[in-house]
Amino acid sequence: MTAIDPSVRYRRREQGLMFLLASPAVIVIVALVVIPVGWLMTQSFYDNGFTFEHYRRIFTEDVYWRSFTLTFRIALIVTVMTLILGYPVAYAAAHVKRPWDVLILSFVILPFWTSVLVRAYAWLVLLQRTGVTNQMLEGLGLITEPLALVHNELGTIIATVHILLPFMVLPLYSTMQKIPRELMLAGASLGGGPLHSFLRIFLPLSLPGVVAGLTLVFVLTLGFYITPELLGGGRTIMISMVVSRNVELYNEWGAASAVGVVLLVAVLAIFMAVGRIIPLDKMLGQK
Amino acid sequence: MKQPLLPRLLFGAFVGLVLIYLILPLLIIVPMSFSATRFLTFPPPALSLRWYAEYFGNPNWMQATRMSALIGILTVIIATPLGTAAAYAISNSQTKLMRSLHMMLMLPLIVPIIIIAIGIFFIYAKLGLIQTLTGLVLANVMLGLPYVITSVVAGLQSFDKTQEMVARSLGMNRFRAFLTVTLPQIKASVFAGGIFAFISAIDETIIALFVSGGQYQTLTKRMFTALRDEIDPTIASISTLLTAASFILVLLATSGQKRMP
Repeated sequence: MTAIDPSVRYRRREQGLMFLLASPAVIVIVALVVIPVGWLMTQSFYDNGFTFEHYRRIFTEDVYWRSFTLTFRIALIVTVMTLILGYPVAYAAAHVKRPWDVLILSFVILPFWTSVLVRAYAWLVLLQRTGVTNQMLEGLGLITEPLALVHNELGTIIATVHILLPFMVLPLYSTMQKIPRELMLAGASLGGGPLHSFLRIFLPLSLPGVVAGLTLVFVLTLGFYITPELLGGGRTIMISMVVSRNVELYNEWGAASAVGVVLLVAVLAIFMAVGRIIPLDKMLGQK
Repeated sequence: MKQPLLPRLLFGAFVGLVLIYLILPLLIIVPMSFSATRFLTFPPPALSLRWYAEYFGNPNWMQATRMSALIGILTVIIATPLGTAAAYAISNSQTKLMRSLHMMLMLPLIVPIIIIAIGIFFIYAKLGLIQTLTGLVLANVMLGLPYVITSVVAGLQSFDKTQEMVARSLGMNRFRAFLTVTLPQIKASVFAGGIFAFISAIDETIIALFVSGGQYQTLTKRMFTALRDEIDPTIASISTLLTAASFILVLLATSGQKRMP
């Protein structure tokens, strides 16, 4: 037997201890995430034996296909809307003097820490037929008939954009804050107009934040459940609702699992693709 | 760099409108909760505490509130030490294994919650954990771990590890060295992580929809059901109280972090 270098032995013991310390948390995650999700995966290929039947169904039957396209369309709209609304807000927060930046950021963060249910309720109150928005528009004489603002796709989108806007603004802000002001001044001193400097200097430098925000918002929308369920009026059936209905109403575990697996694969694929550009932990750290 | 006035005004107006959109739901809930009528008119025709009385006088709402609070507290008590131990291990070990474990511990933030929810629903059905306190607390510990770990790993990054080494070289065992030297210096991030785990447990709705019920129904499940069936103004009073509570907690968490050296 060869003698083991004491420092190697120490390092091994150290690693063993660290593994031991992490293990309770790891056990919880394995028991409540890895095993349940792994079980869903096997279930999606199972129906009295190995089968592709569930996948064949969800890719050919109209109900599933409609839900997939609807979900991706909503995710796309929500992502674009959060970028359009969020970019100027992040830009303003990164450029105004104190205390205005604190004020802007607290407007972004306050709703962030409000329950999604509370906000869904508020949007129901604001958007329903006899709701505040319709009353105001009628009062101003802009409309004669109340607009259908909720219990449809529009209501779902309005509330979802609201819930996910902070996930766009915060990564944008933290990227923009690190862009040196001098670069823009240098651009101006070399004769570039404000728009030119913005497009050629600021915008490209803010792209990592844009990518992080787009990814987070898109992926989170794909899995959204509460807003379409409460504000969609039973017609905006997003993927997660298909999963839950198959389990709750029809006891169709095979189909529910297969839809869930497709959703999970889509989410992981997006994270991995973007993870090649921006490290994943950096993206999640924004939360 | 001076820019022309008009574009700046337009830009400012746009940002202002987005900020109003962000804050609007919060602005609407508080007056609604003090409204004297059942109808959702704004501004409310008369003020009253009717909906608060309705909430505090209803044993079902109270039971659900107590249940949610209990789940939140138990979640923090379990998730905080587990997450802190894991965070300590993550920041003390650079092995490949630990990096993949770290990734794995973040899974609750990555995997869509509905998938976790039906998976847990199935496993719990097998184990008889549906509509039990144990089942609800365990699920919330799982959801809270990433928050504790992220917060404590960040805290440990700015902590000088040689201090703990010194304490150990002076004869303290590792656990005591951690408790007396390291923990006091990262306590703000541990505290913040615990509060985020608490808020996440109080807010959790989707898993509760599947596995809570009966005596063990959470506040969020009751609210969700109430919202799906009809708009009950009692929700406005609960929402106001919930929002106030989570703001106070977030303020506590962040002010603790600011005091860190």
